[in-house]
Amino acid sequence: MDTTLGMSTAVDDNLTLPPATDTAAAPRIDCRNIKVFYGETEAIHDVSMAFPDRAVTALIGPSGCGKSTFLRCLNRMNDTIENCRVEGEILMDGENINDADVDPVLLRSRVGMVFQKPNPFPKSIYDNIAYGPRIHGLANGREDLDAIVEKSLRRAGLWDEVKDRLAAPGTGLSGGQQQRLCIARAIAVQPEVILMDEPCSALDPIATARIEELIDELRNRYCIVIVTHSMQQAARVSQRTAFFHLGNLVELGDTSQIFTNPREKRTEDYITGRFG
Amino acid sequence: MLQQLGQLPMGWLLIALIAVFGSAAFFLGRMRAEQLLETSTGRMHSRPNYHGYYVAMFTVVPVVLIAVAYAIFAEDLMRSQLTRELPSSFDRLSPAELQSYLESVRMAAGTAATSGADRVFQAITNRYLELRGVMNTATLALLGLLAAGGIFWSQRRLSQNFRARAVVENGMELVLFLCAGVAIATTAGIVVSLLYESLQFFQVVSVWDFLTGTRWNAQTNAEFGALPLFFGTFMIALIAMLVAAPIGLFSAIFLSEYASPKARGWIKPILEILAGIPTVVYGFFALLVVAPAIRQMAVWFNESVIQMGLASEPILAAQPTSALAAGLVMGIMVIPFVSSLSDDVINAVPQTLRDAAYALGATKSETVKQVVVPAALPGIIAALLLAVSRAIGETMIVVMAAGKSARISMDPTSDLTTITVQIVSLMTGETGFDDPKTLSAFALGLVLFIVTLIFNIVALRVVKKYREKYE
Amino acid sequence: MSKKPGALTTSAASAKHLKRRRAADGRFRYYGLSAIVVALGALAVLAVTIGSQAMSAASYHVVSYEVTLDPAVIAPEGASRPEDISRNVDGFYSLVRDNLLNTFPEAGADRNSRREVSDFVTRLAVLPTARLVAGNPELIGSRISVTAPLNDDLDLYLKGIGVRERKIRAGAISSVEPAPEGAFQVSGAGAFNGLLAGLTVANEGRKDDAVQLDVLLTSGVSTGRLTEISADTAHLELLTGRVADFTESAPTARIIQSAESERTISNKQIAWTLALQDMGRIKRAPRWTLLTNSDSTYPELAGGLSAIVGSLLTMLVTALVAMPVGILAAVYLEEFAPRNRVTEFIEVNINNLAAVPSIVFGLLGAALFINFIGMPRSAPLVGGLVLALMTFPVVIIASRAALKSVPPSVRAGALAVGASQMQTVFHHVVPLAAPGILTGAILGMARALGETAPLLLIGMVAFVGDVPKSPMDESTVMPVLIFSWSNNAERAWEPLTAAMIVILLAFLLLMNGLVVFLRRKYERRW
Repeated sequence: MDTTLGMSTAVDDNLTLPPATDTAAAPRIDCRNIKVFYGETEAIHDVSMAFPDRAVTALIGPSGCGKSTFLRCLNRMNDTIENCRVEGEILMDGENINDADVDPVLLRSRVGMVFQKPNPFPKSIYDNIAYGPRIHGLANGREDLDAIVEKSLRRAGLWDEVKDRLAAPGTGLSGGQQQRLCIARAIAVQPEVILMDEPCSALDPIATARIEELIDELRNRYCIVIVTHSMQQAARVSQRTAFFHLGNLVELGDTSQIFTNPREKRTEDYITGRFG
Repeated sequence: MLQQLGQLPMGWLLIALIAVFGSAAFFLGRMRAEQLLETSTGRMHSRPNYHGYYVAMFTVVPVVLIAVAYAIFAEDLMRSQLTRELPSSFDRLSPAELQSYLESVRMAAGTAATSGADRVFQAITNRYLELRGVMNTATLALLGLLAAGGIFWSQRRLSQNFRARAVVENGMELVLFLCAGVAIATTAGIVVSLLYESLQFFQVVSVWDFLTGTRWNAQTNAEFGALPLFFGTFMIALIAMLVAAPIGLFSAIFLSEYASPKARGWIKPILEILAGIPTVVYGFFALLVVAPAIRQMAVWFNESVIQMGLASEPILAAQPTSALAAGLVMGIMVIPFVSSLSDDVINAVPQTLRDAAYALGATKSETVKQVVVPAALPGIIAALLLAVSRAIGETMIVVMAAGKSARISMDPTSDLTTITVQIVSLMTGETGFDDPKTLSAFALGLVLFIVTLIFNIVALRVVKKYREKYE
Repeated sequence: MSKKPGALTTSAASAKHLKRRRAADGRFRYYGLSAIVVALGALAVLAVTIGSQAMSAASYHVVSYEVTLDPAVIAPEGASRPEDISRNVDGFYSLVRDNLLNTFPEAGADRNSRREVSDFVTRLAVLPTARLVAGNPELIGSRISVTAPLNDDLDLYLKGIGVRERKIRAGAISSVEPAPEGAFQVSGAGAFNGLLAGLTVANEGRKDDAVQLDVLLTSGVSTGRLTEISADTAHLELLTGRVADFTESAPTARIIQSAESERTISNKQIAWTLALQDMGRIKRAPRWTLLTNSDSTYPELAGGLSAIVGSLLTMLVTALVAMPVGILAAVYLEEFAPRNRVTEFIEVNINNLAAVPSIVFGLLGAALFINFIGMPRSAPLVGGLVLALMTFPVVIIASRAALKSVPPSVRAGALAVGASQMQTVFHHVVPLAAPGILTGAILGMARALGETAPLLLIGMVAFVGDVPKSPMDESTVMPVLIFSWSNNAERAWEPLTAAMIVILLAFLLLMNGLVVFLRRKYERRW
């Protein structure tokens, strides 16, 4: 049971990912009847949804609606919170990631995450990127590692800005650069899915635009799930949008449909700014 | 042959073997994992290093256990076997004499310098070496067997999907837990050792006599009435608190309510130096400066009272070491314990309370006296309790400046003795652990432990409650 | 106050009341201030008394002796190997004593004087010379200058601490005439006027006039005791030197403020000391032996080396045990421990252990390590273990605070790239918390370094003359040495004890300085 998670990525094709395609293929992650409890209180009520590969899915909704909690289910970051309990099935390659014998550590190497506030390690830029490949044994030797670092930084659109100061501390970069560093750090472990928890909320508009561009580029290779406060951002970067309210998944659909022609009253109220 | 084996330097040998077996197991495990990596098609669950650690863990742990067991039990086992084989002429030796004889045998065996000793001694030493040879051989054999078994068994479990990292990390977590468990072990060690020796003591002297007896003369007359010690401890702690409580409290109030941030930044660390000075230094200060000064003042007081015709003989004892000297110096030592914690709790009183008092037209001192201090009172009481506990348990100042006479006297210039002073004087003698004198020190230690524990628990509870109130 | 009565100025009665309240306010502030002053004053008094005592022990008087290294004395037949020479204290001592007897021939007259002159130098003080010669056998037969510390009582006398004296210049002496019983009559016009005035002052307030104060008259290397003093003449009893010296230059009179029977040094010893000083053979030298010598029963030879090494060995054991165990325990409690009864129990235990009196740990050490396990008494190993048990709650508490200050975002970042919790903690959290952990650990060690009571109970109070070589050797530590020295009766131990305290405080200051340095350099604010 636990074998598939470990083996799906061949060691040899370190950096050769499947070719980019534009169409959303079969769902990368399929969530069925997810309930999340904090102690006795139920924070997420019976949510089922699927995330297509090579597409950006945006989770929107007012504060406290459970979208971040839901996002954290997808790489089991909720495990680190005491008295938090997740029920239901989250299938990846047909395997439930909540099974007791799934190693969350391996799961997280396949499902990367970027946080609200940029949180580079207080180490050099190089070490920030190299840390993941090192602990997962993705590189054979120094040159290999250098290549991974360069490739990840290039994909995150940061290479040109930092290539001359890879030994400088990552915390010395600007906010936007730090966030792109964190994205590069997530890319470096060759994930299939990237979770982004309001990645632009701590950034200025220019840095935000830069990240949004980046997300759009990354879409070609990864399944991306982004939690955002900003409906404009959701409209700009995502292909699919899910609207959460009070722990319920209210509506899920193509972004264009949700924003132009919502089926639910609550969705319409929210996107037209009547609450939230 | 056996005797030569008995000469093996087992300590170094065991440490070296642990290192050798551990690193060998690590490399074997890693090699095996790397082989697996080459033959397997996908990614392995754990990195090869973790497989190495896994094998090393299952090899080293049993080996270490054997080594520890050897260190603890081997000598005793050999001695008891040797004692059984000793000729009957040794029966008249007392256990202590027998032990020291065996100790000399061990020493002789260590240096192999038996020439010149009598034949019996030589024979016994040789026999001891033989026994040790047997013991060493058995230990080394067992150790090699276990290590080989560990390597073999754990190697076989390695596979592509084997979660070596998880096992290794669980092992590490167990180590971390055991480290935290040392806290419990230490407390248990204190309680058990104090209780065990005290119970032996209470078989000789009844608990009631010990706690309420008024005559303490442990060194010479075996009188174990500890009341004078309790009195002395109480008296000196009281004097210390009479010094430390007002000074510490007023210092804390001044620092938190009146002093400028800059002055506070200077004064607070300097005050805390008082807590960092070793107590033996305070003891020396009490002995050198304070005790003679108090004695002189007492003498002067006596003389003037007699001159004025108020008394016909000296009123104060005016002894060279006195409760007052020890208490005063201890008070100085305890000041920062009162002031630091009081300062913290006074600072924790919300500014809104002060503002409310000022808004009613209260002056600063009225605000402090009627609002801030009452609000911070639980915390201040906790600080005082901790300071009392510190004063009761303090040893060096009283050992050096309080004296050794167990008496109940209200005269602060007479020398009094305390629980801690008596523990030190009873334990620094050359008496064995079966002597009631030594045992009585543990009974005193038990009393000291219980009393300070109660003070600490109450104080910590109060502080916790207080924190919850304002956070 | 404004002239016009307004809302803020009220009736006379309430103004009076207000004045009282203001006065109370001022008083209250004054109480606070005086509390601070008292506390800081106590610290200042402590620092000054110990500092000044220590200063006087920072240097001492050494005497130089020119001796010929006679092989018959120092390396006699059958005892001429270097190790024999280095142990030949008697031989070297006889050389030094003979030198003194040659310098002061009058000392050879009777047993008492011989003993008094022998007291100038302690037998063991020649040990360094013996070792030097043993190491350089070519010196045998040559004439070398040996220095040895002066007897501690005479050292104190020269420092003006032990025996009080009043120095008065006498007028010129014109004639010295022999008087009966080998004494002399010295005279000079008005030579002793000043002395008589001084004597009157000195005798004032003394309770018994029965014992006459000793008055010594010194000129150059010669000293005599004066009696029957009048303004122009006095009776002189020669202690050392030649009477002719007194007429050559104006002599100095010394009124010794206590009777000979009450002091530890005799008139003759004072006279010889003054003579040696005049010859330039007594020098005040910095007392490095405080750091290079081991404990001794003679104050002038005693040093703290064995205690310093003992302290270092003990701290080594403490650090090796308390730091890893404490830090790992803190990591467990802060990063891994589930919230349950066991964890809570561990935390209660740690908080209580941190407040258990140190002497209780000494009892634990005596019962557990020495009686039950059978470890050696007085060994740094046992002392270090006892102090480790005492220190490790402190290390845990400090380390937990440091770990807590590492922001959770660092942990989240590491977990998100697939680091396990163990990797997250040991690759990221612990390195970031390291400065805080280290400073906490050093402060805990500093407390352990100053600890005395528990070590007394495990027998570290024994006299140790040798420098311990391993943690299993018999040993003492600095605070215990301070305690032992402060128990010694002789006056000379007081400044020595104070000096040892200063050395201990210097170590503590070093550790605290290190903490400040680490905090400044590495501590980051999140």
